[in-house]
Amino acid sequence: MPESQAVTAAAAAVPLSWYLMLSAVLFTIGVVGVLIKRNPIVIFMCIELMLNSVNVTFIAFARYLGDTGGLMFTIFVMAVAAAEVAVGLGILISIFRSRENINVDEINIMQG
Amino acid sequence: MPPTSPGVTGEMILFIIFGAAAIATALVMVLQTNPVRSALFLVLNLFCVAVLYLLLNAWFLAAVQVLVYTGAIMVLFLFVIMLLNLGTPDREADRLRPQQPIAVLSGLVLALIIGGVVLSPLPNPSPTLRDDRLGTVEAIGRNLFDPAQPWLFPFEVTSILLLIAVIGSVVLAKRRL
Repeated sequence: MPESQAVTAAAAAVPLSWYLMLSAVLFTIGVVGVLIKRNPIVIFMCIELMLNSVNVTFIAFARYLGDTGGLMFTIFVMAVAAAEVAVGLGILISIFRSRENINVDEINIMQG
Repeated sequence: MPPTSPGVTGEMILFIIFGAAAIATALVMVLQTNPVRSALFLVLNLFCVAVLYLLLNAWFLAAVQVLVYTGAIMVLFLFVIMLLNLGTPDREADRLRPQQPIAVLSGLVLALIIGGVVLSPLPNPSPTLRDDRLGTVEAIGRNLFDPAQPWLFPFEVTSILLLIAVIGSVVLAKRRL
């Protein structure tokens, strides 16, 4: 009997929708951060926040549906995030070299 | 009343504590004007999310989260912030200041949309949570390198992507080619 109780307890542990709501809130904070920030490094950090909230969704679904696809996708998202940060910070350094200022309002060299 | 047994509460309490901490640190990160403090609060946020991964039995990914995100990526962020010596920006220089309330408003709209999608009933909820060993290193490795699964080719492509990123960042950050 305690084993079956443990199974029902695990089934009811934390509802899946709680994880999804938490992930949605984190994602929205990241979006608002991207929109209101002027420092491109902080904008990158907000993008990391959004990627992380999506990872929470992936792992929650992997756990609640018993599918490892979510875990695999999380690994790939982490790898892509690492690559993106490396390239993005390289771009920022080269912009800073040429302009001494990386405020995103001032960077308009690609404007037509 | 079978579903709400008292043994449930431990995981729920941990979820509430670390979920609230994750949201709070994310908010502080966005509202902070000093980029170094933003980065450190993002580190805290990533730790909280790693604890949530542990609650979801994704042990390997929790370890990877701490190692890769807080260990490698955030150190890179802090290194670049200190290299570029960015102080707190002056608020007068912000020409797009009226954009901020619009951004917050559209963020709220986005939260409502996502919340509506999230709270709609799932096609297949079935949270039996029977198989607890999905998140171990062995299970992830077996799935990742199993030729019957579709993950082997993306994994190899990821290695090329990382190589391109390494070369690209060196080329971009180099003073003169």
